[in-house]
Amino acid sequence: MRIELKVNGMLRTIEVEPRTTLLDCLRDVLDLKGAHAGCEHGVCGACTVLFDGVAVRACLMFAAQAAGSEITTVEGITPGPGELSPIQDAFCETHGTQCGYCTPAMVLVAHALLADNPAPTREEIVEAISGNICRCTGYAQIVEAIALAAEHMRGVNRPPSLTK
Amino acid sequence: MKAAPFEYYRAADIDEACAMLAADDGARLIAGGQTLVPMMVMRLARPTRLIDINRIATLSYIRQETHKDGEGVAIGATTRQCVVERDATVAAKVPLLACAIPNIGHAATRARGTIGGSLANADPAAECALVAVTLDAVLSYREGGKTAEIPAREFFVGPMVTCLPAGACLISARFPVWQGDKIGVGFHEVNARRSDFAFVSAAAQVELGADGTCKRIAIGVGAATDFPLRLASAEQQLKDTALDAKAVTAAVREAIADIEPLSDLHASAEYRRRAAVHLVTRAVADARTHALGTKPQEKSHAH
Amino acid sequence: MSATGHHRYVSADLRVREDRRFVAGKGNFVADIELPNMKHVAVVTCPHAAARIKAIDKRAALAMPGVHYVLDGAELAAATLPLMTGLDTPNVPRRPLAFETARYSGEWVAAVVADTRALAEDAAEAIEIDYEALPFVLDAEQALEKGGPLVHEAHGSNVLLDKTFVWGEVEKDFAASPRKLSLRVKWGRSSTVPIETFGVVASWDPWREMLDVHASIQMPRYADQIGVALKIPTTSVRVHYDVDVGGSYGVKRGIKHTVLCGYLTRRLGFPVRLIEDRLENMRGGDAHGPERLFDVEVAFDDQGIVRSMKMRALENVGAYAGRSPFQLGKPIGAIVGPYKINSVEYRAIAVVTNKTTQDAVRGFGQGPTNLALERCMDEIANVLGLDPLEVRQRNLIRHDEFPYLIPSGTTYDSGNYETVIGKVLADTGYDELKAERDRLRGEGKLAGIGIAACLEPSGGNATFEALLNPAITTSTFMDSCRINIDGLGAITATMHTTSSGQGHETLLGTVIGEVLQVDPEIVRVTRPDSLNSLPSGTPVGSRMAIMLGGAAYHAAHKLKDKLTAIGAHDLGIPLARALYKDGTVSDREAPQNKRSWAELVQIAYRNYHRMPEGFEPGLSVEHVYQVPTGGTLPTKDGRVQMYPCFSFEFHLLLIAIDPDLGTPEIVRYRLGHDCGTQINPKIVRGMTMGGIAHGIGAALFEEFAYNDDGQLIAQTFMDYLLPSSHEVPAVDIVDHETPSPYTVLGQKGSGESGYLGAPAAIANAINDAIRPLGIAINTLPIKVSKLGDLIAEASSKKGN
Repeated sequence: MRIELKVNGMLRTIEVEPRTTLLDCLRDVLDLKGAHAGCEHGVCGACTVLFDGVAVRACLMFAAQAAGSEITTVEGITPGPGELSPIQDAFCETHGTQCGYCTPAMVLVAHALLADNPAPTREEIVEAISGNICRCTGYAQIVEAIALAAEHMRGVNRPPSLTK
Repeated sequence: MKAAPFEYYRAADIDEACAMLAADDGARLIAGGQTLVPMMVMRLARPTRLIDINRIATLSYIRQETHKDGEGVAIGATTRQCVVERDATVAAKVPLLACAIPNIGHAATRARGTIGGSLANADPAAECALVAVTLDAVLSYREGGKTAEIPAREFFVGPMVTCLPAGACLISARFPVWQGDKIGVGFHEVNARRSDFAFVSAAAQVELGADGTCKRIAIGVGAATDFPLRLASAEQQLKDTALDAKAVTAAVREAIADIEPLSDLHASAEYRRRAAVHLVTRAVADARTHALGTKPQEKSHAH
Repeated sequence: MSATGHHRYVSADLRVREDRRFVAGKGNFVADIELPNMKHVAVVTCPHAAARIKAIDKRAALAMPGVHYVLDGAELAAATLPLMTGLDTPNVPRRPLAFETARYSGEWVAAVVADTRALAEDAAEAIEIDYEALPFVLDAEQALEKGGPLVHEAHGSNVLLDKTFVWGEVEKDFAASPRKLSLRVKWGRSSTVPIETFGVVASWDPWREMLDVHASIQMPRYADQIGVALKIPTTSVRVHYDVDVGGSYGVKRGIKHTVLCGYLTRRLGFPVRLIEDRLENMRGGDAHGPERLFDVEVAFDDQGIVRSMKMRALENVGAYAGRSPFQLGKPIGAIVGPYKINSVEYRAIAVVTNKTTQDAVRGFGQGPTNLALERCMDEIANVLGLDPLEVRQRNLIRHDEFPYLIPSGTTYDSGNYETVIGKVLADTGYDELKAERDRLRGEGKLAGIGIAACLEPSGGNATFEALLNPAITTSTFMDSCRINIDGLGAITATMHTTSSGQGHETLLGTVIGEVLQVDPEIVRVTRPDSLNSLPSGTPVGSRMAIMLGGAAYHAAHKLKDKLTAIGAHDLGIPLARALYKDGTVSDREAPQNKRSWAELVQIAYRNYHRMPEGFEPGLSVEHVYQVPTGGTLPTKDGRVQMYPCFSFEFHLLLIAIDPDLGTPEIVRYRLGHDCGTQINPKIVRGMTMGGIAHGIGAALFEEFAYNDDGQLIAQTFMDYLLPSSHEVPAVDIVDHETPSPYTVLGQKGSGESGYLGAPAAIANAINDAIRPLGIAINTLPIKVSKLGDLIAEASSKKGN
């Protein structure tokens, strides 16, 4: 079936089977490889994308259902080729990634969290990422990355006198 | 892990959805899809036609309604769990539901999962189902162009089985609002990881009199049996008492003496029976504390 | 800066260069690779625990749209050799698809090739297989019994390995010891379960006779095994190592997947891809981990000094050999842990059962062994009424006793266990922790303190193979690095294997930058394919910092020496007077006389007339590094130098258990960790935290559980429970650096850190918590319901 999908701000007309999940559509049809298949049954969170700004599982939705909504993938929040967002940069600073497989999803969850809550507590960060399984890091450096990103992002618009 | 082929149809309104459902044995409704899609990709569910009701705007709402049975909060079937979670009316008028919802899955699944989907799916561990049974919610459904109602306590008949007629579509759940100054709620569950399906869940809502005795009480247990249980006999014993913890425990123990709890990989039947007693006791204690004006325990889950 | 302060980049808090691509979703994972005309594979699995395959009807499947081929085990077996196993068990052949008999539920029986994965799954459902169910055995002890079902009839028994070692005067030491204690400990079947499943893309070019393989692999001798099984020269196998692997921790050994796809692409003439889905992965990916039963006896005195130990380890390896039996071998190199135990008897038994095949898992058997040993230390303290920390401290090898030879023939390199423990206790007083435990008990909780003092053997060395199978005479486990400075002076270094999150590119840049005194960021790191590679043992055995780091260090020194010699020659001074600093060579006695990096490169690349006599032009070097302390085979009495380095970890934690529900909560967690020089502290910390999280999983949540019908019932992520951020507490890690004398920078391994002690510490904490009820639990995982039931039973007996 033919559907229109708005992904990372671009409207794309594509042909999919009804049974094609949003995840498979992003990866195989739109060539956006940042969302990963981990369990394909909604537990691991590696496929997380933003759906109208909210983090959802791309493996638990058929692409056809997403028509009419705005999808944002990790490619959509990366500022430009070779450029990192403050959240991505913070993940690099704390080494909040190892194998990189769960990472784009973690970055998107952090993105959604900080858009909603610019100064999350440790508990709020832990809660926000609790639906995303990371097998490498034990989460500590991911939590630190998100806290650091929040701090940096809060600091951006502060007058210099207050950033000390 | 790819679903078997099916046709996809996005229903324009509820009657169209019902008509399509009635016309095709292989058709199924999809709302949030957070349970259905995993079942489909594992090919444990194989609908040949999927009728998507997510975009029917009239099914997504939270509003206060007054019926002959009193004041209630009606929630449209496709209202997302995350919307209910954050809704001020629900928090004020149906605090038990507000207290239970954060225990459903993760934020990312609550972002898609719906109230109606959770009820119609009838998982024994579903928090929404437990609250609906505990509070005597009334469910509305649409069938053949007509709307009908069914009490939640009659709706669930087995694990993943309801008495919703084939070709019917759940459209709303109306949760009664208790009047009174001293209303309190408590919700507890136990699981392996905090976001997993509960092994057992317990819900309690109480109204206290001026002297602190219990004027009204509703207690339910979820996940322990094929569908949520309302502990009516325990409620009767505890009404007009001070809700002493020992008395609550004894009443609950007696009320569930004859049940046959589920047993599976994660928890034995005896575990579920014991945990039910402990969790209800805690839920009632929290509800009482809450009614007396103190906030209930922050953590509503044991783990 | 490093603890010793003399390094510039090593031990500095540098970023990990790989992270940039990962945070942008630009890793190059196998599922991201699409080749022209590539087709997709799905497998058909056996629904029985054991069954004879009577007939396979492919007709309906082949008639379906988009379906290209259906392969069965008979065709594949006729065309390929069985997969390599380490033991000499020719009657236990292992093949990618079951041939005649399927031996576990979930075993692959047929494979479908179709245009899309969905079509392949449709066709897989349409293949009709006529099975005759056979008797089966699931339990290792039952598998040992005579007369029961045989997993491999032709092998004659279910025993793959049964070997007893006696190191020292065990019976004499037991007779001389006033006290003995025995304990049965079980490590439940769990694994590493990476979030990326295994995947492979294979493409055969008949005109060049080349099999190109992209795979999420972590496996020594992968290309060799592909070539042997497919009966093609290894020069026709080209494995691409520039694939990012989405986690492995040992298990990404998809040889059967690769042989299957290699055969299909050669048969069909187009590229094929098999990306396991989660069900294929959990049931039939052959990636389960140890399921081990220990019977341990220890002999000790009234002071708790352990004199001797007898350990029997029974491993349930699943249906085929895999690497699993060898996982009984590696712990021999650290069989006494950090303790002075005079003599040891060790019996290692591996049996086959009708469960999924195991493969290598983080620690390669050391985690279960550490659990058994550390449970014993606690029980010794318990029977003597001593403090468990005190008992450990009395038995520890002291700092001044290194290098220390243990009874099984391995010499531990270095350690300062008492200082590491002291540092942990300096921050959290042990008495304070006990007071907190007692306060929690006062509140009605069950609360316990858990301790584990464990070793992480690191650096690799495959001598356990020779120990368990004398036909194997491997005494090296090498790794390599090539460095090239090009004609413009830019530096490229190579590594010759894949990585699965360990930051090896950063490792190479850091070590080479350190030696050459250049910014690590300018060192380009590449991964040539297998045909262009030098030997690599791959990232197993917690070895890459030691081995790849060692190779890079030596290669960089060769380059530095060459540059120095070129400079000295061009300056006309003796070599001894030349000083290499920051890429420039100068005269120590007249520092104004110098040759810059650009000038040295100019000489090497264009001015051969200025080169020292006999030098090769250019600036290319390579180094193949032998494992330190390696090079010897086991002695006849079964003693061997196993791994070269031994990292130490000391876990101290406090757990509170809800007495009504059995839910455990880790209230405090401190870790003392000593892996020698930390080349990159961010990486070490990440590995260690990840290891603790994995250990929490093994201790409390994760188990490949089977029902009585032989069906795997924990086959999804709803039933096999990986710890989420909720389940992993904040951990205070206290570092200490005791350099290894055997490695180039004093580094030891850290790839298995945390995991090797967390399960033991958690089990000890829970046992401390429930001991007042008169009960103990020695089987992992300790699941909530099981613990709750045990506590309830004990409480009711106490009349509570």
